[in-house]
Amino acid sequence: MERLHVLICAGTGCTSSHSQEIAKQLKEEVRLAGLEEEVKIVKTGCFGLCQKGPIMAVYPDHIFYSHVTVDDVHEIVQEHFLKGRPVKRLELTDIDEETKEAIFNIDEIKFYAKQKRIALRNCGVINPEDIYEYIAKDGYQGLGKALTEMTPQQVIDEIMKSGLRGRGGGGFPTGRKWQFARNSVSDEKYVICNADEGDPGAFMDRSVLEGDPHAVLEAMAIAGYAIGASHGYVYIRAEYPIAVERLKVAIKAAKELGLLGEHILGTDFNFDIEIRLGAGAFVCGEETALIASIEGKRGMPVPRPPFPAVKGVWGKPTIINNVETLANVAQIIYKGADWFASIGTEGSKGTKVFALGGKIKNTGLVEVPMGTTLREVIYEIGGGCPNHKNFKAVQTGGPSGGCLTEESLDEPIDFDNLVRLGSMMGSGGMIVLDEDSCMVDVARFYMDFIVDESCGKCAPCRVGTKRLLELLTKICNGEGTIETLDELEKLSYQIKETALCGLGQTAPNPVLSTLRLFRDEYLAHVVDKRCPAGVCKALLRYTIDPNKCKKCSLCAKQCPVGAISGTVGKTPFEIDPAKCIRCGACMSTCRFGAIVRQ
Amino acid sequence: MKSLADLQKLRAEAQKRVNVRNVGNEDYRVVVGMGTCGIAAGARPVLNAFHEEVSHEGLNAIVTQAGCMGMCTLEPMVEIYDKQGNKTTYIKMDATKAHEVVESHLKHGTVLDKYTVNQM
Repeated sequence: MERLHVLICAGTGCTSSHSQEIAKQLKEEVRLAGLEEEVKIVKTGCFGLCQKGPIMAVYPDHIFYSHVTVDDVHEIVQEHFLKGRPVKRLELTDIDEETKEAIFNIDEIKFYAKQKRIALRNCGVINPEDIYEYIAKDGYQGLGKALTEMTPQQVIDEIMKSGLRGRGGGGFPTGRKWQFARNSVSDEKYVICNADEGDPGAFMDRSVLEGDPHAVLEAMAIAGYAIGASHGYVYIRAEYPIAVERLKVAIKAAKELGLLGEHILGTDFNFDIEIRLGAGAFVCGEETALIASIEGKRGMPVPRPPFPAVKGVWGKPTIINNVETLANVAQIIYKGADWFASIGTEGSKGTKVFALGGKIKNTGLVEVPMGTTLREVIYEIGGGCPNHKNFKAVQTGGPSGGCLTEESLDEPIDFDNLVRLGSMMGSGGMIVLDEDSCMVDVARFYMDFIVDESCGKCAPCRVGTKRLLELLTKICNGEGTIETLDELEKLSYQIKETALCGLGQTAPNPVLSTLRLFRDEYLAHVVDKRCPAGVCKALLRYTIDPNKCKKCSLCAKQCPVGAISGTVGKTPFEIDPAKCIRCGACMSTCRFGAIVRQ
Repeated sequence: MKSLADLQKLRAEAQKRVNVRNVGNEDYRVVVGMGTCGIAAGARPVLNAFHEEVSHEGLNAIVTQAGCMGMCTLEPMVEIYDKQGNKTTYIKMDATKAHEVVESHLKHGTVLDKYTVNQM
């Protein structure tokens, strides 16, 4: 009898911190303790709290262990599994701010207490490679309900009524997209799942596919029934090997049980799904480029219309939905549109998954109802900036998005509100920046990414973004002038107005947004030739305060280029700015705080 | 699979296998003392007996373990908590007594006085 279920995260994050080895060791220790019959070891999807990984959850005790290492496994098995004494030192805890006492109850820990999981509901709960565990969690019930109790039009009406909007970036109403494709007359139609997640710092789609692949497959079948398609593609990047593997396992299992294939659940509905691997080009997340890539052509966008709902893959009507969007669909059909519409705000229903990253304590995945404020996400769930640094801004929407500052922290998050504030939802990357982040450098980082990822088809994006990057680099190197800022702004607007696809049209957003919110920082770079955050190396100057210098020569020994000179015990040391490479090694070595960075 | 009914049958089967993870809404929580003293006195067969019976009967109860409960001479000890948090402590348990407790206490809500700690 299996009395204990031990769930170990086998997502990409925890796998990179050796969760697979931990699972192996666990199996061995359990065997040595003679508990093989009693302990079930389950490799599951992402728990969200990647910062504290590898995570291990023990049921029915409902205990979460964090930062587990291979060496801890023996103690966990002997003490907890055998003798019933949970290993306190490894338990995931939170500190109650009022009583200063540790909170052990998972449901009360702030990171989880504020969350509501719909898209991620099975991640960290089931074994993604076992279809029966998905079925136990009402899996394929939504498809069953759609096929036996509803007409295709009723399915679309239900999705429309739920208010579900596309989670990939644009926020287009999913029901309307389906309706367009349903209205198109054709002998064959297609359903595509867009799993080409490309925003730097976003990894929610990967986690859904790794933790709950069947939810996406079920939703694709429902979409196929709704629009009249019998074939689907999952377009996923080859850089997600774990997700690809689990999808393959899932498709095979679903076919074996007759949940995909011909005459699904004894009806006349047939639906088949194939995986198409992409090479990881950012532009292939754009739907027309994605279609070209599936057809075996070079992934470049074409002007719309015609929209894919009319003329998509192989020239047939096609719907393309993002992974997270699809992860909501089966739940909406099974539980009803009213349930879903009761969550969220007026214009944005349901929840949204965010990938928290950057200067934040709890890096990881969080899912919150629409309308939650940025402050709740960043401070209460994310824990704020580490090392007592001050919050400066949060970048949302990836390379197409913008920054939001302190002033916007109490604004509720939804599609329309973020656009109003000058940023966008995007796919849900949320990169937190603190006082040590230089906003010009941030803009340069995103532009560097865009220059790499531009497909080169249209000149505004191919040439324009390259020029933008050059201008930003000039500013970071201290060679910019006030005119450079004007040039930057003018070129940004020109690219926005003339680029062919969404990638180019939104590419200047990080520049425009930082220029608008942090103009003083740009001015400091071009007028005072100074980087306030101390990031742009060309603008930094290290000097030694002769009054504080103890003439110990420690800094001179650390300097990798021999830029520091002086005589031990006699003259204060000096840095030669011509030789200095501004690495900061001297500053971290000096015990007397004599070295100043300006 | 040929119909929705087949799928629902499969779901019922599958749910039994992951029940251990559905914590929070159980009617009873059965805690078996599994300190060294408990194990030496035979707590393991007791734990397994509870576990088998609960899952066989499909009862809404969680069977879990704890360390030494303090009265080592009375081990194997079992505590049963109901929804209101009321605790009943059974002592000197074995597999046969465990079956009786499940039948009476967990299934019918009647505390089996003859095995509780106040009868010592």
